[in-house]
Amino acid sequence: MRRITLTVNGVRHEADVDERELLVYVLRERLGLTGTNVGCDTSSCGACTVHLDGQSVKSCTLLAVQADGREVTTIEGLATNGDLHPMQRAFRENHALQCGYCTPGMIMAATSLLAENPHPSEDEIRHGLEGNLCRCTGYHNIVKAVAAVANG
Amino acid sequence: MATTEQRPRAIGTRTLRKEDPELITGRSRYVDDIALPGMLWVAVVRSPYAHARINGIDVSRALEAPGVVAAYTGETLPFAAPLFMAWPVNAECKAPPHWPLTKDKARYAGDPVAVVVADSRVAAKDAAELVEVDWEPLPAVTDIKEALADGAPLVYEDLGTNDAGSWIFERDSPAPRRAPTAPYFQDPSLVTVTEEYYLPRLIPNAMEPRGVVVDVNAAQGEYTVYSATQIPHILRTTLVVTCGIPEAKLRVVAPDVGGGFGSKLEQYPEEAICLELAKTLGRPVKWVEERSEGYLATLHGREMYQRIELAATRDGDLKAVRVKLWASMGGYMRLITPGIPMLGAWLYAGCYDPEAYDFEYTNVFTNTTFTDAYRGAGRPEATYAIERAMDALARKLDMDPVALRRRNFIAQDKFPNYTIVSGLTIDSANYEGTLDKCLEMLGYEDVREEQARRRADGSTKVVGVGFSSWLEMCGLAPSRVLSALNYVAGGWDAATVEMLPTGTVRVLTGVSPHGQGEVTTFSQIVADQLGVDVDDVEVLHGDTQVVPFGMDTYGSRGLSVGGVALHAAGEKLIAKARTIAAHQLECAEEDLEFADGDFTVRGTDQSVNIKAVAFAAWTAHDLPPGMEPGLTAGHLYDPPNFSWPNGAHACVVEVDTETGSVAILRYVAVDDCGVRINPMIIEGQVHGGVAQGIAEALFEEARYDEDGNLRQGTMATYMVPGPPEMPSFELGHTVTPSPTNPLGVKGVGEAGTIAAPPAVVNAIVDALTHLGVTTVERPATPERVWRAIQEAQR
Repeated sequence: MRRITLTVNGVRHEADVDERELLVYVLRERLGLTGTNVGCDTSSCGACTVHLDGQSVKSCTLLAVQADGREVTTIEGLATNGDLHPMQRAFRENHALQCGYCTPGMIMAATSLLAENPHPSEDEIRHGLEGNLCRCTGYHNIVKAVAAVANG
Repeated sequence: MATTEQRPRAIGTRTLRKEDPELITGRSRYVDDIALPGMLWVAVVRSPYAHARINGIDVSRALEAPGVVAAYTGETLPFAAPLFMAWPVNAECKAPPHWPLTKDKARYAGDPVAVVVADSRVAAKDAAELVEVDWEPLPAVTDIKEALADGAPLVYEDLGTNDAGSWIFERDSPAPRRAPTAPYFQDPSLVTVTEEYYLPRLIPNAMEPRGVVVDVNAAQGEYTVYSATQIPHILRTTLVVTCGIPEAKLRVVAPDVGGGFGSKLEQYPEEAICLELAKTLGRPVKWVEERSEGYLATLHGREMYQRIELAATRDGDLKAVRVKLWASMGGYMRLITPGIPMLGAWLYAGCYDPEAYDFEYTNVFTNTTFTDAYRGAGRPEATYAIERAMDALARKLDMDPVALRRRNFIAQDKFPNYTIVSGLTIDSANYEGTLDKCLEMLGYEDVREEQARRRADGSTKVVGVGFSSWLEMCGLAPSRVLSALNYVAGGWDAATVEMLPTGTVRVLTGVSPHGQGEVTTFSQIVADQLGVDVDDVEVLHGDTQVVPFGMDTYGSRGLSVGGVALHAAGEKLIAKARTIAAHQLECAEEDLEFADGDFTVRGTDQSVNIKAVAFAAWTAHDLPPGMEPGLTAGHLYDPPNFSWPNGAHACVVEVDTETGSVAILRYVAVDDCGVRINPMIIEGQVHGGVAQGIAEALFEEARYDEDGNLRQGTMATYMVPGPPEMPSFELGHTVTPSPTNPLGVKGVGEAGTIAAPPAVVNAIVDALTHLGVTTVERPATPERVWRAIQEAQR
């Protein structure tokens, strides 16, 4: 076991974690932040995407100890003062989700994409989200939602 | 008058989903988000062999591991009955008992043989590695045709064969076909084509893996099963049989469920195991599938060989359709496994109107994961066969594939309620109209010109266009038809509408949405019907304690069965409210008009709103003599017919003749699902369905090696397409109301998956016809396309 310090959605936490424990399980099972989902065991689907120091990472691929001393943002931390993030609003307005399981990871990946490339083409959106899988929407409306945010 | 302005209609609008606020903020609750005090974790020990005898299992080392509470095998964790299978077992449906934990041998890689229960997920998983099974590996058979060969390894020795039974149209269909086909195929004046296709095995890949949590009230013998399921009601009934507990003591909850596509239309071993463990241990238990585990343990779809023969005149009049299928069951028959090919039995003539029809299939056991319903279930298979074969016929007759389709469509003036060649009756359709619109959106002539230009230029990037004119039967299902097919349950659904004293409406529905958006669409229906705001309606579902009756969500039935049940309940509620309103307004019921929530005495300004009626019904201070208080109504609706949506899809591809790679340049989908409650949600269903259909055509395939190991064992090796692999979609629609129900609605959930695969493969073949290519195997990977080109050139 090892003690780590994490700042998650602006709140500082200390936790004694198993060295092999993945970040996603610390978020979900120790901190109760179950918005971040687990969809696979091969880093393929991106359902577990969170921001680590502002960059999107797959939290099922990161050991919790690797996040020691760093800042994590999850889907629960995206809205500010009760106002939805524009990407959250755009997902709803463009019907970019159905079952919703991939949605938290997809939204976190999409906000990270726009931080790196504020005005992506359709092709750049599709490639920018290639690490995130959705089985419901065929991606059409997800691409539309991201473009809507990019185009203000 | 009480109102001066008409409330805008909610039906037909792109109402944003009421489901979304939780889902976009991470406040949803899926099974894996549930943790209960004292909860134990379950890990399942699975067979590493596709086929192996169990000579003994030793759990003693696992029991000594830290945190372990218990470990069981099939011998030490007994069940009251095997898992439930929905068809009668007989000579034509050989289904030996399927126990949740196999006792004699493993029949596929991943077959559960033991379980370990521990105080944490990790402890359970670690200890599962310590269970020692004395395996005696046996030769395995995974291919359908090899399984039928003499001397093949037997999945069930007692049966003496892997042939699990057959279904023959003339013997087994309750609706007779128009005529047998044999004379047509002997008629030398007719042109015939024989096409053979292999539909690969698919892994459904709902994004949420399966999971089960069971809570227990040991003193009362009461249990709550939380499962990532599409079918809480059916699961309740089947689990009480398997685990031997009174039906009234079991509550099943489908919380937020992250997609299903048929893969959660099942009674799974793990659901029964967890319930039995909670019963045995008196403590809550939890099991959540890992994705790679799910690839072995969650049902697979499709896998069949098809042979379809068409007979037509030289002018292109389709006369006869004859079909034979060989379908993989896998190692066991699960809930509806042997009936999946039957769901296509009446549809292999597609939208066409031949004179004769024959159909049969043989079900085959192999040492593979069991198959069962995957989005479309039987209908994508039928559509693929007929739509590919129509293109083959067009090539043979040197006709344009569009012209051949148009020539053979069931004529529009036959509707409504036309009995097709296979004996079922189509409610309504618009085959010509959807095709016309599709061609117009596509710019068919321009595509053909581009194709000719590239061919003339000798380009290595050639273009092809493929069509799929599709129909389906959905809205499962009229109970009398299910009865005639010997299915053990009905196909009705239930709804209750309650107008609460504060003027809001509570709806209980027996369907169990998991992404389809019925909380929103049902609110739209009720809002228009009762004259309330969409936000005044709450739709509850997915909990057998809240909604005691239901038949759940699959087969594009949510709206066309559950929604129609809801509408009927609403009509009953209005009828009761009308009686109360007439009492209040001191008039005859016949003198009341009901519009926009108001009962108005015809020709006067005297009116009362339904919300006031609801309050009066609740206070019960002044009701008509003998009337029960409260304003609530329920209805169980049994659809008199299936619903029969249709459409026309076109796909334009660019094929690189040097590498075999395929790019989808355009995908045009024109669908007719009757009256459209929420166009935004319908479009989403079509997008997702088409994407799965394209993936089926181009990318997805689960294969086994000779020893029966699943070669696509993880999401890293099975190609679920990501955003770069998908095009944008161009959607159109026509609206042909169903005459079967008062809403005029049909289903749409499976449309895209049914339509897309033949459109894509027809487009690839069309691109390569000038090179002599007539077929390409699925999925049409670059290697397969390249090989098809090489073989054609040889």
